[in-house]
Amino acid sequence: MARVISMRKAINEALFQVMEEDPTVILLGEDIAGGEGSPGDDDAWGGDMGITKGLQPRFGKERVMDTPISESAIIGTAVGAATSGLRPVAELMFVDFMGVCFDQIMNQAAKFRYMFGGKARTPVVIRTQIGAGYNAAAQHSQCLYPVFAHIPGIKCVVPSSAYDAKGLLIQAVRDDDPVIFFEHKVLYDEVRDDVPEEMYAVPFGEANIVREGSDCTIVAIARMVHKAGEAAEALAGEGVECEIVDPRTISPLDEDAILESVEQTGRLVVVDEAYPRCNMAADIAALAAREAFGALRAPVRTVSPPHTPVPFAPELEAAFIPSAGKIADAVRRTVGYAA
Amino acid sequence: MTGGRILAVTVPKWGMAMEEGTVTAWHVEEGAPVAEGDEVLDVESTKIANAIEARAGGVLRRRVAAVGATLPVGGLLAVIAGEDVSDEEIDGFVSGFAVEAAADDAGESGPALRFADAGGRRIRHVAHGEGGEPLVLVHGFGGDMNAWMFNQAALAADRAVHALDLPGHGGSSKDVGDGGLDVLASAVGAVMDAADAARCHLAGHSLGGAAALQAALDRPERAASLTLIAPVGLGPEIDGGYIAGFVAARRRKEMKPLAERLFADPSLVTRAFVEGLLRSKRIDGVDAALAAIASRLFADGRQTLDLAARASGLGLPVQVLWGAADAIVPAAHARRLEGATVRILEGAGHMPMMEKASEANRLIAAFAR
Amino acid sequence: MTAGRGMQLSRERLLEAYRSMRTIRDFEERVHEEFEAGNLPGFVHLYAGEEASAVGVCSHLDDGDRICSTHRGHGHSIAKGCDVEGMWKELHGSSEGLCGGKGGSMHVADLSKGMMGANGIVGGGPPLALGAAMAAKTLKTGKVAVTFTGDGGSNQGTTFESMNFASVFRLPVLFVFENNGYAEATSSSWSVACGDIVNRAPAFGMPGTQVDGFDFFSVHDAAGEAVERARSGGGPTLIEVRFGRFYGHHEGDNQSYRAAGEVDALRRDRDCLKIFRRRVTEAGLLDDAGLDAVDADVAGLMDRCVEAARAAPRPTPDQLTADVYVSY
Repeated sequence: MARVISMRKAINEALFQVMEEDPTVILLGEDIAGGEGSPGDDDAWGGDMGITKGLQPRFGKERVMDTPISESAIIGTAVGAATSGLRPVAELMFVDFMGVCFDQIMNQAAKFRYMFGGKARTPVVIRTQIGAGYNAAAQHSQCLYPVFAHIPGIKCVVPSSAYDAKGLLIQAVRDDDPVIFFEHKVLYDEVRDDVPEEMYAVPFGEANIVREGSDCTIVAIARMVHKAGEAAEALAGEGVECEIVDPRTISPLDEDAILESVEQTGRLVVVDEAYPRCNMAADIAALAAREAFGALRAPVRTVSPPHTPVPFAPELEAAFIPSAGKIADAVRRTVGYAA
Repeated sequence: MTGGRILAVTVPKWGMAMEEGTVTAWHVEEGAPVAEGDEVLDVESTKIANAIEARAGGVLRRRVAAVGATLPVGGLLAVIAGEDVSDEEIDGFVSGFAVEAAADDAGESGPALRFADAGGRRIRHVAHGEGGEPLVLVHGFGGDMNAWMFNQAALAADRAVHALDLPGHGGSSKDVGDGGLDVLASAVGAVMDAADAARCHLAGHSLGGAAALQAALDRPERAASLTLIAPVGLGPEIDGGYIAGFVAARRRKEMKPLAERLFADPSLVTRAFVEGLLRSKRIDGVDAALAAIASRLFADGRQTLDLAARASGLGLPVQVLWGAADAIVPAAHARRLEGATVRILEGAGHMPMMEKASEANRLIAAFAR
Repeated sequence: MTAGRGMQLSRERLLEAYRSMRTIRDFEERVHEEFEAGNLPGFVHLYAGEEASAVGVCSHLDDGDRICSTHRGHGHSIAKGCDVEGMWKELHGSSEGLCGGKGGSMHVADLSKGMMGANGIVGGGPPLALGAAMAAKTLKTGKVAVTFTGDGGSNQGTTFESMNFASVFRLPVLFVFENNGYAEATSSSWSVACGDIVNRAPAFGMPGTQVDGFDFFSVHDAAGEAVERARSGGGPTLIEVRFGRFYGHHEGDNQSYRAAGEVDALRRDRDCLKIFRRRVTEAGLLDDAGLDAVDADVAGLMDRCVEAARAAPRPTPDQLTADVYVSY
């Protein structure tokens, strides 16, 4: 209570605490400490964004391992070790790099339990960065979580607050299934909120009602929760009250919370920074159409980027990312819809 | 500023997490007279809505914020002044009003958290105000110091008011031993010691009422008075379904209907109030502690504890406050305390210090003298 | 003929090794028949002819040691101790199969036996073996991991990554490359640019050795040395096993890419079971009668298994959605 910290600090703290709690937790990834084998400092980076800083000095190189740039080997090591008595947390710097190790995630980790007739447990966590906003261009800015939500056997976590990031990461490490933990890189410092010092677990599949409102439901994911919040503020000034639902995990997805809200407001806008084809916005819009058709008073609208790679130029990137203005426009059109 | 002639009505800080409030209704017209204690307007935080009262009498000279407006904590809502103050002076007051830095830049506001030791258990507490004979506030089952968000600062005008987290709750040690009352009472004692005064007034809600009572029984020379708000420990009846449901609840859907049973007016339960309950329950060890306490003190839907006889011989001023519409512990238990001053609050459920905060604050402040 | 460590095995251990190889051979021959008769769904890749590799390596391992296998995984599964009847039922898709009928031939696994799974993805196993080895190293269990990979898998990037990674961390892992001459229908003499796979070992900073995969003792002795090195903290080893398969890539493969008479010659001259028998009897370690008794015993076992698998219960529709997650 009353301790406001950044998402960066919240994730770092969660990792410290799970490693203190459970000696079978190991961390591995590229430069998660930094400086391995180099003449200068150890723990030189603490991860490319500094999220894992201080962990190797505290827990040693046996438990916090810098690795070669070998994503398949990193994920394979984590997944194999998870079936062999450890609870590894692998860092895969950017979700964009999943292409070079996708097999280990989608064909191995995701499928062991099912393929092996329920006899395998694979308690592995893969932390990775998502999202545009740093002009990092097409190969370092994607969201891609829909690709993983598509695959049965994997759980997908998309925190939007420091509180959720800590509690969901603790849950991820304690969970017996493979979890991919998607961290929006802009939120590391953009988000600060109340985070208990104690350990706590936020359950998967439990959406957070970020804001209550009776006119329109906005389901938003990760950084888009905050863009939706800005839009809702603006709309409140116009007398339109939005209810913002943050699923927190997209697999499992808290369908009940979304539908319950839509039943009350009769309107739905879904905001997703992932590309529009087969993204969560499309999935959630289909859910509402399928399960809440009778309650809908207007067509469901989605706010997503255009179907393009993420551009480099700042003004193009800004146009790519769903803005509060676009979200507010979508809500206005939804609320103003006349059949 | 204009001193005592012009009174600012501002957004209060209900609990440390509160950063802003929204005006939901006005109860007094501009130009109408107000007496001290009159409800002037309703303000809603993300956690809960409540009325704001006039701290002194006068005329409501200006409504500064319209219904729907959201202001930061400390923001100016209204101006109360006598008829003799000119409109120009009022205008000047409004335009010159600066929001005091109630919340600092980092948002890490309010008094510092402190920790007391109770037999090796870490007990988190926080104090508002200073001096006087201190008042110690003890929350109920499954709550934490935030239960007093409408009370602690309001009661701290002329004394130190401490609120603690009981063992098994909030930021305190999650070790509750066998779940008995002794461990909880020792935490109250530890905070009384930390208050560093010869005697403390005690106010406890629900389970915290029993803990405060036991603390007073343990060391009657250290207790100045006792206010018990819907306490347990005075009779066998309790809503066992609430207790069991609260211990088991993990999801918002499970918690919301339970939270609504706490209030006479269930619409007071916001999503943030429910989230607050879930947040406290998510902390490692809380659920196990609650289960231990429940199985010891509320086994099979009945209270196993009866302190009424012992409390009646305590020899301290004892006041009992109870919501007339309490659905968790029946208000009829109040009558079992001989010699106690009993106040039944109409329109309140199990949380009268929230639901009827102003009335509760007045009664506590008047009694704890 | 040198008297390596394999020739010094006890009579019991030798009989055990022979029984394991015979079990694999009979299993595969019967799968061939059953598949041809249309009694098995899906498709299968047979290990017949390669038995000495799986058994030669796994005879050094216990249930705590881990192996990762390939699509051609029946032999590794049996050599690692998987229940044969459970495997038969799995190949039938029965709910009593080793994997409840969810995996089939290509995903036979039993983690309690250290068998981390046959694998439908070529090159899928080596990264996983790193994990088992990392767990052994971190938890200081003294256990080792082995990844069996074909000559096709030897050319995968995941394999290269894994070999480098294993050497960097000195992981207790064996990279066993079973070079049977063909990746599907493509010759390894063409696809392995450095000629022999063993030539890659120095590039990844590990010792490498090439063994005759038709000879149990050749595989056994090399694997024993590598397992000892791994257990004692000496890091990874590459072993290239050279041999040939008796069947095609999968059942139904016309094998027209192979030389005329190639398989007949293998069966006649390079059958690891015949070679094993000749070596142990010539050395006076076992006699024909004892080996014949094993043959008869295994044949009986296979009859019972095939019969049981044909009659085994089928999965019910509720099992479709079971066991995707531990909790969801």
